Amino acid sequence: MIAELGHFALILSLCVAVAQSTLPLAGAARNHAGLMTLGSAAAIAQFFLVAISFAALTHAFVVSDFSLKVVASNSHSLKPMIYKISGVWGNHEGSMLLWVLILALFGGLIAGFGRNLPPPLRARVLAVQAMIAVGFLLFLLLTSNPFERLYPPPANGNDLNPLLQDPGLALHPPILYVGYVGFSIAFSFAVAALIEGRVDAAWARWVRPWTLLAWSFLTGGIALGSWWAYYELGWGGFWYWDPVENASFMPWLVGTALLHSAIVVERRDALKTWTILLAILTFSLSLIGTFLVRSGVLTSVHAFAVDPDRGVFILLLLIIAIGGSLALYAWRAPTLKGGGLFAPISREGALLLNNLLLTTAAATVFIGTLYPLLLEAVGGGKVSVGPPFFNATFIPLMVPLVAALAVGPLLAWKRGDIMGALSRLKVAGAVTAVALVLCAALAWGRPILGTIAMGFAVWLAAGVVTEIAERIRLGRIPLRQSLARAGGLPRSAWGMALAHIGIAGIIAGAAGATVWKEEIIHVMQPNETMEIGGYTLTYDGVQDSRGPNYLTRKGLFSVSKDGEPVTKMYAERRRYLVGGQQTTEAAIYSTLAGDLYAVVGDNDGQGGQTVNVYYKPLVPWMWIGSTLMVLGGFVSLSDRRLRIGAPSRKRRKPAAAQPVPAE
Amino acid sequence: MKRLLFIAPLVLFLGIAGYLGFGLTRDSSILPSTLIDKPAPTFDLEALIPDGKGLKTDDLKGRVALVNVFASWCVPCRAEHPIWMRVATQEKIPIYGLNWKDKRSDAIAWLEELGDPYERIGFDPDHKGGVEWGVYGAPETYVIDRDGRVRFKYVGPVFSETLNETILPLVRKLQETP
Repeated sequence: MIAELGHFALILSLCVAVAQSTLPLAGAARNHAGLMTLGSAAAIAQFFLVAISFAALTHAFVVSDFSLKVVASNSHSLKPMIYKISGVWGNHEGSMLLWVLILALFGGLIAGFGRNLPPPLRARVLAVQAMIAVGFLLFLLLTSNPFERLYPPPANGNDLNPLLQDPGLALHPPILYVGYVGFSIAFSFAVAALIEGRVDAAWARWVRPWTLLAWSFLTGGIALGSWWAYYELGWGGFWYWDPVENASFMPWLVGTALLHSAIVVERRDALKTWTILLAILTFSLSLIGTFLVRSGVLTSVHAFAVDPDRGVFILLLLIIAIGGSLALYAWRAPTLKGGGLFAPISREGALLLNNLLLTTAAATVFIGTLYPLLLEAVGGGKVSVGPPFFNATFIPLMVPLVAALAVGPLLAWKRGDIMGALSRLKVAGAVTAVALVLCAALAWGRPILGTIAMGFAVWLAAGVVTEIAERIRLGRIPLRQSLARAGGLPRSAWGMALAHIGIAGIIAGAAGATVWKEEIIHVMQPNETMEIGGYTLTYDGVQDSRGPNYLTRKGLFSVSKDGEPVTKMYAERRRYLVGGQQTTEAAIYSTLAGDLYAVVGDNDGQGGQTVNVYYKPLVPWMWIGSTLMVLGGFVSLSDRRLRIGAPSRKRRKPAAAQPVPAE
Repeated sequence: MKRLLFIAPLVLFLGIAGYLGFGLTRDSSILPSTLIDKPAPTFDLEALIPDGKGLKTDDLKGRVALVNVFASWCVPCRAEHPIWMRVATQEKIPIYGLNWKDKRSDAIAWLEELGDPYERIGFDPDHKGGVEWGVYGAPETYVIDRDGRVRFKYVGPVFSETLNETILPLVRKLQETP
């Protein structure tokens, strides 16, 4: 009964979305206030209806209602509650419903927070948002109905893929989706601007915080996925250039470009048509990403073979959404008036360089991801081109990006002084040189690439510190005044610094983990020891036990350093009872210097156990760096809120709402 | 001229869409390999595991066997790996591995962790053997008959459905024909 209610609410929300996608547009065209305000009411109604539907599905998972097909195929009564709930989006149908829920939530947020938007713009944005919803709701209802019943209902379910039964991965999809779907707002604003034929600083001020919000979530989602791969897949890799990862990485790259080009629109009224294009592309890539992964075009050929209808529907949706918006772009964008001019060497120029490198990087990832599909089109099948391609194309693009990243923020708007900027980076350059020498000495005999990467990380971090130091005139005016200046810096400046330093952390961690890793594979007998990364690891034998829905064998280790005991840790091999799949749970001992990482393999039948032990220097810096990036996004976002009252309408401190001087 | 610049994204997208549409309308994981029904190509690869067995053309003769292209960096390979463990232990069909574009230590660690279903493994870090087989990417799987001829090629991860409905019946049929 509750499931039918959910189904019904979903159908109703489709009706509401159809109204929302048409009437406000007509209202905006005829300047009819009533029709325009209808958009907001409809957006909120749509959100509540989809929320009811989602709650109904969640209820079915919580009570293990196996008469629903998705519950039967993706859940099990023995599963812990958290994975029963995460099972809601651990399958195609449920994750699509989550997608629509977040889309409707964002529509509702625009309706709620967007009261200070010009009514025609708001009406058009909401209408475009609803058009996306119509497409998705149709897709859900026609091809992927989550409320399909099963008769007779099975006694128990098939269980969720054990790889997905993990706290990191339980949270990963919702966070990632907030990122993907959040870009729909930038898209809707871009399309609305094309319809209106007007893009101005006010438009950019509106688009930026929403883009920033989406970007922060997407960054967090990608980092969480990478962290999960690191500890779950059992050999400490964190990025595989897997199609699924690439699908989220492409919108991230273009979204990062969008974030930066929107600054130029806001401050300098330039790069407008480019920014609009980026907004369209970012969301288009989110769509392509969701669909390619969800539909299984890339991950498993089977999903398509069994349900070609779904694939054709997806393709039609993509063509209408992306093709339609790009056609509108081709038609309307040339009429948009260009804005401020700038010299090649300037803040705008630096941001444009950032944009070009990021979009080129996205293009290479796109080609690498879709290349297997091209093969499919000429008669090949699903393949993985693998890291060699991506490492050869992606990293060379990142090198100039990171090198320029330290310089760009020091350039002035309109016309910058490259020599001046470089001379202010003298200290940073000296710090980098010292760091290079230190690194080379410490890592003597190890691959030189690691040292080079550390040089880039230090250069970037030093550049960021220089930028902040310059702005607060550190060392040139009394410290007290510098601190006062630091307190007065806009939060967006701190946000930028945090995010950029975060990149330095990621570079250091990634380089440490890949270039400087140490590994030992050995069949260990109980009480045998091995030395790695300065630690002594003693194997204490295995212990068998039982989890809620799996059997587990734990390999126990004692870790000591210089004779002093440091910690005890255990690595697990789990065997899930329902599906019989095995998963590995690595034992990880983390310090800022690096991770000690152990996995147990098969036993040799004579009491010995294959043990893989890795020492991965600097890995935690990657997670710290990712956290700083997300944090930077939110710090920046809090600044926006104070400055323009959006997206929050709370203004606790009216004084802080004064515009801060443009940097 | 400037207008063309604004139309370019649309044209590009339509190209991609057409290409996706083409890819969608065909289920082409089972591809006609130019090798089908021909003798396996001439190749000779050293052993991946230092004291293990390498893989060369003559090794393929005598028994119906599978050749599986894998790499430690390849996530789909990890996904299909339990299938090969099962085939090796329960179905008793010899599987020969072709370790493709991989690092020796990574590949050995991978096998240590997940188990080693392969009777022989040829180490092919530089695509020397892969080029003979026409390997597009990992994973790929071939069925070889008793005379060392390639009878079937599958690109992408093999899951139980493909195994039970296509590969095993074919292997059984080949084993029965004298």
